[in-house]
Amino acid sequence: MLEIKNLSFSATDGAEKIDILKNIDLTVKDGTFLVLTGPNGGGKTSLAKAISGIVQPTGGSVIWNGLDVTNMSITERARAGISYGFQQPPRFTGMTVKALLSIASGGKELSRIECCNYLNKVGLCAADYVDREVDTSLSGGEVKRIEIATILARKSGLMIFDEPEAGIDLWSFAKLTETFRELHKTSDATIIVISHQERIISLADEICVLSNGQIAEHGSRDEIFPKLLGTGMGCEYMRKGE
Amino acid sequence: MEKLDFTLLKEIALMDSIPTGAYNIRKNGSSAGRFSTENIRIENKTDKAGIDINIKSNTKGETVHIPVIITDTGYTEVVYNDFFIGDNCDVTIMAGCGIHNCGDSESRHDGVHTFYIGKNSVVRYAERHYGDGDGNGENVMNPETIVYVGEGSTIQMDTTQIKGIDSTARKTKIVVAKDGSAIINEKLLTHGKQYAESDMDLILDGENANGRIISRSVAQDDSKQIFRPCVTGKSACFGHIRCDSILMGNATISSIPAVAAEHTEANLVHEAAIGRIAGDQLIKLMTLGLTEEEAEEKILEGFLGE
Repeated sequence: MLEIKNLSFSATDGAEKIDILKNIDLTVKDGTFLVLTGPNGGGKTSLAKAISGIVQPTGGSVIWNGLDVTNMSITERARAGISYGFQQPPRFTGMTVKALLSIASGGKELSRIECCNYLNKVGLCAADYVDREVDTSLSGGEVKRIEIATILARKSGLMIFDEPEAGIDLWSFAKLTETFRELHKTSDATIIVISHQERIISLADEICVLSNGQIAEHGSRDEIFPKLLGTGMGCEYMRKGE
Repeated sequence: MEKLDFTLLKEIALMDSIPTGAYNIRKNGSSAGRFSTENIRIENKTDKAGIDINIKSNTKGETVHIPVIITDTGYTEVVYNDFFIGDNCDVTIMAGCGIHNCGDSESRHDGVHTFYIGKNSVVRYAERHYGDGDGNGENVMNPETIVYVGEGSTIQMDTTQIKGIDSTARKTKIVVAKDGSAIINEKLLTHGKQYAESDMDLILDGENANGRIISRSVAQDDSKQIFRPCVTGKSACFGHIRCDSILMGNATISSIPAVAAEHTEANLVHEAAIGRIAGDQLIKLMTLGLTEEEAEEKILEGFLGE
């Protein structure tokens, strides 16, 4: 279970202090598929990064399976079972897709077939990609799908995907949606997806709307989804946060 | 041959034992073994130090090993090796030099390799440089490679220097004839106070010639690297230079690619990038469970293809 208690994160812009996350309380039960949505700049990515250790909260705590990970490093959290798929993943000149997926899977070298399975799940024709370098020869959408494949290969207890749909074409997006559905059905992992896409939001058990650094809504899909559809995806929450 | 010799040979020519096929092993200026085959004949030069390697036309699938090792501290040499490769060949040449220096004097190998490649042949040439030893004497290597690529022929040249060479000045000149091709992959890692410079001159002489220079280097600590790759197009041709370097510690790198068109249909491109390992690269690998040090190691390993 993931427990976020009174979590705050502030940054400074010159002399000005900006509160990015304000006293967030959120509990996500094991095996839940939670979609984190809300207007741009609402704090979704910051919250995901605070959970995975990429940013250090200025207050509060993050507890994963009873373990307080708040002061743990990124590596320690990853080893404790928290993984994070970047919204804008980096490229690695010289590193092949196979090598990256092997690192993700815990270090043992994956076979071509294992790599292909992960790549197929994100809509990539695997044989064309396994030996390619994760460099500028790949498009943004291709790198993004490889990024998602690394999270699938990692098989963590908590998988966080940051806008997995960004930069992905419609056909691949359909495949990706199916992959999330299948992942939720066949694994015990807790899945958090930051998304604005109706098709992904519709997969959620729970929806959490984050706006202006605060939780504006949190509840079951059936409870929150109609509100989102009715308000044009977050306009209301923008106003609420102001 | 001693155990130390095979340690060096493994590093530079991937040799665990005496190889099959033609070979010439040079140790401290003397022959430590030689074998010629029906298609590949190796002979001493008569006018200076070095060997001639003659490869008959239509030789396919054979490999020649010509490693050089130096284990005597203070030993220096200049060696000339000439390769005469016939038409319609498909061969691999494994060269390289390993120095083990336990003394206080400089050990140095200057090797000049000249290739004359016939028509429609494919030549893969790999050269690795490696040094070790616990003495204060410097390990120095100054390789010079000159290649004349015949009509319709291809050379793929892979040069690697990863460890233990204090100073190196590499010179490469490749002239490509009509429909010929040259691909040069250079990998270099320097550390400590090491110094490396590389001058490459790729001349696309014949119509439809093409060539690529791909250089990847890592400079660590206080080391210094200078690259000056140049592609000259003398015909309707395509040439591409790409230099990527990672800078670490207080190291310095100068990358000065140049393209020169001497024909209106020459199509030449150069790219060069130098930078530190990006923070998001490290963070990404840390989110996959690696420590920062392990992440850095993996990034360098991938970058240099080791």
